[in-house]
Amino acid sequence: MTKIKSLADLKKLKDEVQSKIKLREKGDHPENLIQIKVSMATCGIASGAKDTMNFLIEELDHQGIDAVVTQTGCMGYCYAEPTIELLIPGQEPVIYGYVDKVKAREIIDKHIKLNEMVDGIIPVTYKKIDE
Amino acid sequence: MTELALHILDIAQNSIRAKASMVEITIAEEPQQDRYVIEILDNGPGMDEHTLTRVGDPFFTSRTTRKVGLGIPLFRQNAELAGGALQIESEPGKGTHLKAIFGFHHVDRPILGDMAGTLLILMTNENQTEIVYKHQTPKGDYEFDSREVKKVLEGASINSPGIRNFLLEMIRENLEQIQISE
Repeated sequence: MTKIKSLADLKKLKDEVQSKIKLREKGDHPENLIQIKVSMATCGIASGAKDTMNFLIEELDHQGIDAVVTQTGCMGYCYAEPTIELLIPGQEPVIYGYVDKVKAREIIDKHIKLNEMVDGIIPVTYKKIDE
Repeated sequence: MTELALHILDIAQNSIRAKASMVEITIAEEPQQDRYVIEILDNGPGMDEHTLTRVGDPFFTSRTTRKVGLGIPLFRQNAELAGGALQIESEPGKGTHLKAIFGFHHVDRPILGDMAGTLLILMTNENQTEIVYKHQTPKGDYEFDSREVKKVLEGASINSPGIRNFLLEMIRENLEQIQISE
């Protein structure tokens, strides 16, 4: 029988990957990082926001893209859940609706990597014409 | 919602949003008594009597972004469909105590689902709310405390490569040892 993992094993693992973590933390100024907020209220959770969030964390980590994935409340687009807000430093934040795993991959491949917006944006970040 | 873990994620977020410093989630599997009990206890600001009478109302919410609040009504519906009930006790300044009872052997009781994922998402909340999770069955107990995990990690991010997967596996393996029903 294999041994069940415990907090003591976590300590060992942490010491092993310590150097790697330090390197990441040095550049950890949230304002310089890509930020993704996943809407995680009742409406989001019921539509699968948890799977979307897990997928984003794993896929961004897998591809080596430095990004902060966090949770946020209901943005009011319950009809389009799961919704995410994507904030790339120096750009206007963009909100995407109906973000399942397929959409999430498209957003990573096109918007985050190539800076090309993809379909599914909820138009809220418009500016008034007289501004 | 198809998994109890999703309900727990949803309801515990209420405590976090209410700025509780600690949320205690307890699951007790009691096949002998035909009960599967989920309790969520927080030390947040609590609710007054008037608010408490309205939390079960699907058209009541404290949010301004929408006009419905389905978290508790959906949880209650699932509990009642599985031959159980949902109770909430709360007092201003004393926090809130929610208890959901499901029939253990009832066919309509949803599975627990991905509790490990729920705990990790709850742990990385923006208000630094601490999460304590206890799972009790006749086969044994498991306790997960976010303060202990944070102490071991000494400031390293929970979402660091390797660490996240390790935590998920750790919780899953420990639960597998004691869980009677999935």
